[in-house]
Amino acid sequence: MTASIARTLPIARSARRSKFTVGRGVAWSYLVIVVLVTVFPFYWMLRSALSNNYAMIADPSSPVPVGFTWGPFLRVLGLASPQAAIAEGGSGASVPILHYLLNSVIYATVSTVLIVFFSTLAAYAFSRLQWRGRELVFAFFLAALMVPGILTLLPNFVLIKDLGLLNTFAGIILPGALFSAFNIFFLRQFMLGLSTEIEEAALLDGAGKFRMLFGVTLPMTSGPIVTLTILGFIGVWNDYFWPLLVTSDSSVAPLTLGLAIFKQSSPQSQPDWAGLMAATLVAALPMLILFMIFGKRIVNSIGFSGIK
Amino acid sequence: MAWLLIAPAAIGFLVFAVYPTLRGIYLSFTDYRLLSAPVWIGFQNFIDLVNDSTFWASLLVTLYFVVIAVSLTLIASVVTAAILHRVTESTLLRGLIILPFLISGVVAATVWSWMLDTQLGIVNVVIQHLGGDGVRFLTSREWAIPSLALISVWKNMGYTSIILFAGLQAIPPSIYEAGRLDGASEPKMFFRLTLPLLRPILALVGVLNVIGAFQVFDIVSVATKGGPANASLVLQMYIYQKAFGQFNFGYASAMSLVLFVILIVITFLQMRLLRANESDTN
Repeated sequence: MTASIARTLPIARSARRSKFTVGRGVAWSYLVIVVLVTVFPFYWMLRSALSNNYAMIADPSSPVPVGFTWGPFLRVLGLASPQAAIAEGGSGASVPILHYLLNSVIYATVSTVLIVFFSTLAAYAFSRLQWRGRELVFAFFLAALMVPGILTLLPNFVLIKDLGLLNTFAGIILPGALFSAFNIFFLRQFMLGLSTEIEEAALLDGAGKFRMLFGVTLPMTSGPIVTLTILGFIGVWNDYFWPLLVTSDSSVAPLTLGLAIFKQSSPQSQPDWAGLMAATLVAALPMLILFMIFGKRIVNSIGFSGIK
Repeated sequence: MAWLLIAPAAIGFLVFAVYPTLRGIYLSFTDYRLLSAPVWIGFQNFIDLVNDSTFWASLLVTLYFVVIAVSLTLIASVVTAAILHRVTESTLLRGLIILPFLISGVVAATVWSWMLDTQLGIVNVVIQHLGGDGVRFLTSREWAIPSLALISVWKNMGYTSIILFAGLQAIPPSIYEAGRLDGASEPKMFFRLTLPLLRPILALVGVLNVIGAFQVFDIVSVATKGGPANASLVLQMYIYQKAFGQFNFGYASAMSLVLFVILIVITFLQMRLLRANESDTN
């Protein structure tokens, strides 16, 4: 599909490179406005995170940082003394953002690796192996794709509590680490499209089923696997509701929770907006870095996942 | 061998999807306070729900949010995708539009809380510069839900646009060439060609957006906490309060079941109405 687009592109390009018209002007103005509205909050985060909180309150409309300082970053990372933090408008209380960040890295990485791995195994069984009950089991799995997950949240919390896994990594990770209907469906579709010739050749060479899976099929499926890994990582990194249910202290709470706690514990009268913006940037940064490295891939992944 | 490979997924499916779904339905018919075993009370939770004015208000608030957020997201996304498709293939542009998808609802809500702050938020500062009165976006009854919906549109619009854009790329450019030769204007081609061809994906994206909007929680929890005075108490928030504020798990489960049924009915209706499986091409 990508290949066919690439082939039609030059024609499409030349057709579109028509002369400037009012319509095109309007279209481009619309796009510029959309991009500005989309990007502006990110700029505002940065501008506020580099400001002195007191100075910023006195000059709320300045387009550049007011009283430029690294203070907000230093205080949310726990590198500023309470006195220095208070002098710049912070609360002086420590926010263990680095601790939350580490939790998020563990939570998102382990969850994503496990779910993609287990989904790959299952997809292989559904696409490459013949066994009794295959279509029936797949139909059940697929039904999970249609059924909203809302009903499972509270009972899953009760289950994790009964297992004694509240406030543990196992507790936040486990329910989402084993089964994903979407991942299995997505990978199965792809594997069904792979030619069987290479596998047959490997079979003739005496390769066993496991060597076939890890040595032949898996490498050929690396594209979709990377796609699911990226999308999965973004999803878990940004997850808030489930960690909120199963963590009551900060021991394993991820950044989304830490940030919400920071926001909620800010004083109503004069919140440390500069510090809050620094914390949001720290929370968003790993995703933004991921985006700089994999940007094109992410954009294409999302389009691709919708078509399937 | 096959069973070994699907074992992890099958265990996950049974333990964390099937079992909790059945248990959720069961708990809806019980009085369950978490500390003692659930007690079967038949339809009592649902009778209480019908008489619970907060529940009805919460349902209305949620619907209000869904209508604003989904309709604006879809309109903006279709227009953006169509314009991108007709004007530029730039991956950079699509990348920039998708940025809000990469951040959590918590981050989005925190940034917008700052930008929409009544006294110091940049939006109100600009409004006042232009001679308008400051708007209490997140702290007034009439503005809370529209403001939350706009944050949601900001967050989801780019993602939805990119999915629609990918759908549009499957449309051969020759169709537009033919349309142009017939003297059709761009707006006309948008309504006569683009929209009908896009309908199957639009139906899918519509369903996904409605389901997501009905379960909105993150941005509400961070930006307004359901306030002021329950003006933005969406269903998911009310369920959370019942379960973890009052430990009334039976009642909260009953509400989850109602929301669950609503989502299934809406999904079914939307797919039927939009005949998602067929396009207008033939």
